[in-house]
Amino acid sequence: MNPIATGQAFGRKELELIPDKALIMSGYGINSEMETREALLRAGMDADIIHINDLIDRKYRMCDYRLLVFPGGFSYGDDTGAGNAYANRVRNNLWNDVTEFLEEDNLVLGICNGFQILANLGLVPAFDKQYKRDIALMPNRKGVLECRYVTIKPAAETLWTKGIERIVCPVSHGEGNFSCSKEVLTQLKNRKMIAFTYCRENLKPADGEYPYNPNGSVADIAGITSADGKVLAMMPHPERAMEFVNEYDWPLQKERLRRNQQPVPTESMNMKLFRNIVGYFC
Amino acid sequence: MAYVHRIEVQYKTDPRLKVRTDRIRSLGFPIDELHVIDIYTISTHSRDFTPEELREIGSKLINPVVQTFTVDKATIAHFDTAIEVGFLPGVTDNVGTTARQTIEDFTKRKFEPGEAVYSSQMYFVCGRLSLINAENLAATLANPLINRVHMKTRTEYGTKGMDIVVPLVNLHELPTAEPVDLGVDDQELIRIGKEGITDPETGQRRGPLALDLAQMHAIRDYFTSLGRKPTDVEIESLAQTWSEHCKHTIFASPMDDDMPKGLYKTCIQAATNTIRAQKGDKDICLSVFSDNSGGIIFDDHYLVTHKVETHNSPSALDPFGGALTGIVGVNRDTIGFGLGAKPCINIYGFCVGDPESNPALYRGKNNSNPILSPRRILEGVVSGVGVGGNCSGIPTPQGFVWFDDRYVGKPLVFAGTVGIMPRSDGKRNLFEKQARSGDYIVMIGGRVGKDGIHGATFSSEALDPGSPVTAVQIGDPITQKKVSDVIVKEARDRGLYTSITDNGAGGISCSVAEMAKECNGCHVYLDKVPLKYPGMAPWEIWISESQERMTLAIPPEKLNEFMDLLASREVEATVIGSFTDTGRCVVEFHGTVVMDIELSFLHDGLPIKLLKTEAPVSVQSDPMPSCPEHLDTTLKEMLARKNICSKEFISVQYDHTVQGGHVLGPVQGAGRVQGMATLTKVVPDSKKGVGLSQGIFPSYSEIDSYRMAIACIDTAIRGLIALGIPLDSIAILDNFCWCSSDEPERLAQLKAAARGCYDGATGFETPFISGKDSMFNDFRGYDEDNNPVLVSVPPTLLVSSIGIHPDVTKAVSLDAKIEGDLVYLIGENREELGGSEYSAYLGISGGIVPALDIPAMKVRYQRLTHAILHDLVVSAFPVTHGGLAVALAKVAIGGKLGLDVTLTGDLRPDVLLFSETLGRFIVTVDPDKKRSFELAMGSDATLIGRVTGKNLQITGPSLRISVPVSELESANKKPFGGY
Repeated sequence: MNPIATGQAFGRKELELIPDKALIMSGYGINSEMETREALLRAGMDADIIHINDLIDRKYRMCDYRLLVFPGGFSYGDDTGAGNAYANRVRNNLWNDVTEFLEEDNLVLGICNGFQILANLGLVPAFDKQYKRDIALMPNRKGVLECRYVTIKPAAETLWTKGIERIVCPVSHGEGNFSCSKEVLTQLKNRKMIAFTYCRENLKPADGEYPYNPNGSVADIAGITSADGKVLAMMPHPERAMEFVNEYDWPLQKERLRRNQQPVPTESMNMKLFRNIVGYFC
Repeated sequence: MAYVHRIEVQYKTDPRLKVRTDRIRSLGFPIDELHVIDIYTISTHSRDFTPEELREIGSKLINPVVQTFTVDKATIAHFDTAIEVGFLPGVTDNVGTTARQTIEDFTKRKFEPGEAVYSSQMYFVCGRLSLINAENLAATLANPLINRVHMKTRTEYGTKGMDIVVPLVNLHELPTAEPVDLGVDDQELIRIGKEGITDPETGQRRGPLALDLAQMHAIRDYFTSLGRKPTDVEIESLAQTWSEHCKHTIFASPMDDDMPKGLYKTCIQAATNTIRAQKGDKDICLSVFSDNSGGIIFDDHYLVTHKVETHNSPSALDPFGGALTGIVGVNRDTIGFGLGAKPCINIYGFCVGDPESNPALYRGKNNSNPILSPRRILEGVVSGVGVGGNCSGIPTPQGFVWFDDRYVGKPLVFAGTVGIMPRSDGKRNLFEKQARSGDYIVMIGGRVGKDGIHGATFSSEALDPGSPVTAVQIGDPITQKKVSDVIVKEARDRGLYTSITDNGAGGISCSVAEMAKECNGCHVYLDKVPLKYPGMAPWEIWISESQERMTLAIPPEKLNEFMDLLASREVEATVIGSFTDTGRCVVEFHGTVVMDIELSFLHDGLPIKLLKTEAPVSVQSDPMPSCPEHLDTTLKEMLARKNICSKEFISVQYDHTVQGGHVLGPVQGAGRVQGMATLTKVVPDSKKGVGLSQGIFPSYSEIDSYRMAIACIDTAIRGLIALGIPLDSIAILDNFCWCSSDEPERLAQLKAAARGCYDGATGFETPFISGKDSMFNDFRGYDEDNNPVLVSVPPTLLVSSIGIHPDVTKAVSLDAKIEGDLVYLIGENREELGGSEYSAYLGISGGIVPALDIPAMKVRYQRLTHAILHDLVVSAFPVTHGGLAVALAKVAIGGKLGLDVTLTGDLRPDVLLFSETLGRFIVTVDPDKKRSFELAMGSDATLIGRVTGKNLQITGPSLRISVPVSELESANKKPFGGY
């Protein structure tokens, strides 16, 4: 029994990988597992893509991994609320594994549908390790899926955001409208759990203005961490803009750099996030 | 005893309330607010749920931070009218299915057959509506073909709320195969062919077989020679296999005296064969025409596939469901290519009526069964393709919309998918497959219901009042995603099957019989096929087009491993028979043989028919009115035309970034202009990328369909050339969507267009790798006064292109980038306004359709590729619909920069600005590269100006316009700003 094959490029040069591995969840309509694995590989961490049913059937053990990733996708077609049905499947079948995993010195990352799953599981914000639902990712204010590049910036110094000035990458979701009570928002702010906020290209706050804040999220929130900082959940997709040519305005940037006799990069600035993760395990 | 419970879910504060309300108000309903409540109706009979369980279930179906729910209690709210919209019995209910799975997983108890969860939506309308208005609003929220609607006033709603409805399917059919007597007169044979077999139970006709008299004779004679009557299973099966949809009889039949082999072999296949022979070891084709998609070389290790389908008739009836089924259907053409390619890019195309019009046309007499409004169709098909791609994790960057009022009765919905797969797994070529005698026939994916019965024959007939509602299917992208993942990410690479194909038109009757050709026989047990509900007749099971199904050939020694794998992924798999080498297609149902036909008759028994063409009357050319005085206004009005303006609202609701390969997307530049082509990386560790574009000119067809076809090919190719993709890596696909193809004049236009395809493809040496046709896109119905009406689509050809970019870091986007850069026109301007957008703007018909000197273009395009790949070009954009001025405007808007250009020549100013001469590009160049660029391009490039200022300024011999780019941008983006 092998983990799910990932269509590796032929003749790819050997990557230098740390010994710790990531577990990337798949199944039931999760769809960003391969590019998420690619981003981690490039940052130096190997990852297995495992179907949730293979964990339930005990073919794999969560505790053999250091990083647990809930990638993007449309698990269960967003029916009964995005991420809700997949979260129910985790809670009904893998809850002990997840709580034990969180007790160890491990990390959890959720992107987009992954954020929706983590929110429904209560793994974020998880004030005082009470895993209850304190936040919601509601339907976007415009009522439809929105796919566009956004700029986000760190709003707190965390292990995830170290050294990051900005991330420019796509959002692509129908339900990313971050919502919570005033009390929860105050706690998120006071405890420095707001990892990323949507902003303008010049890094000034989006202040709720469309399209900088693409979905209507309260306080421009694009991503939060758990209270202990070990879980990061974010709506935008840095793994979809790993390379310079994945950035929206790369043709213009390239032309400007070239005329200033500056080198044109191959990697995007977003890779820093994944390098921070790998750095944590080094 | 049935136990039924109703859970109602509502948002404490619904974020979509304003947008939803505004949209309904914009459709003319004077409402104050429109609230939505999600309803889950749980129906069981084996055991009831306790109140605690129901509360737990409710809490699992919501997020308590923002939602509340009630169990068996009406939601209390302020409103004036309540409208509940649910599905009719048997319609796919994806939300209900997910809710059921959630409940099963939580209670650890499987629902039994007949037990289910049904989803519905309850709308609370605030604001007083007349009864007529309320009914019209309900008609906007629901589609009578698939939905049930219940309405109550606030008083009727009271404290009890809406009534509980359980849309259970109840069938009382004869589950046996019936012999059919074909020993009847020709009149009756014609009737059977047109209206179907008479059902012995109900006495009603079962729906169109679309078999003509010659075909009915062939079938009768075959069974006479066997000495027995055919069964209904056999006749229905032959009707599917011989349908226009499956056999492409119009493209396959001999035509006139000069095309004895028919259009397909003479024009399409011959073009590809000629090109492959000419190119020798530079041939890029790996698998053409023989499989579900066409496959070309990506690099030494990978191949890419492409296929474009249409789903027109179902989309006219149910735009959302039709388009969704179209896109997930063509995804299966990728998964069913070779041994399974991974879908990696979706494309779309919609031809619809003007969404601001609302024509009064009816399918039935006396104003019954009205057509859906063009806006409803547009919004439905946009949403259907979006949901299909988004839920499946396939990016949808590339596509188009074309508006013409002749599409009001029959919209065209194009859906295409590109796939990627390794060329070999070390042991076998993955693009080849071979079912073997003794392999099991295994059906995987969704279950079979009555949905889509007579789909293939239905789309071969013009839409008429008798269109069966069972022709509508609704896709379930998540079931299909599970099928796709387990096949292309797991089972294929474990070598668990020898062949695979999609269940599309004709269901398993076509897929199994098609695969049976690989080993020469099959034996199917129809009673093994898993059904959505009991009571279906064998012929229905055999031809049903229920979605999300694939058929595979599994060697006996791999069966257990395969079945275990699929069970662990919760994908249903069932052995329904075996492949054989008997030369026969044998089908059993509960121990009785219900079909036993030689494969040779099934596939090749179709009688040959000679098609005759007759030249159509040529279109008269109207005189040109005088040149408009204010050409800057004209330019803005041209940019706001629906066929030219921005349709960005589609691009942003289609995920075009998933799988992480976005390089040049659907919108480009600071000004976010929709390009002609997109570029996507499909192998992470490769520098190469896949470019996609298309060409479509339905407005040229009536004047000159030969040139129309050339224009499509040139435009599809030119879009890719502008990105830097070399001509010799480009392949193309054809989709003919014709009308009235039994008329000799329409066939003459078809023949000319097919000739254009041959000349265009061989001229550019770009092979056709796949194609599809849909020949009867006509609407027959009635107007308000009961007069019969025929609305035929303009003869439409879509040419799609796919090309491999050698190094995506060298690709160029369309937008002007740096102040001071030089602006070049590549190509020359001629007076070619026939069928152009400008002619449509002026309201004149006729004129000269653009012609093309293909050998000269080949040289030009190769020069431009060279210049782009050597970093001599900063931006490039092809000149297409709307001509030179529109292209210049889009380059300027894209960069949010002005252009100052001077044009020469003796054309009338408006002709110069808007003529649609082919083969042209607008290119911007760094002044430092001026010499090398001009050297590379030779006489093909003319320096016409600079990137400068804030205006688009165009000067000519008797022409001077200057418009702020911001005004051009708002003109271009306004028409669909509210969508």
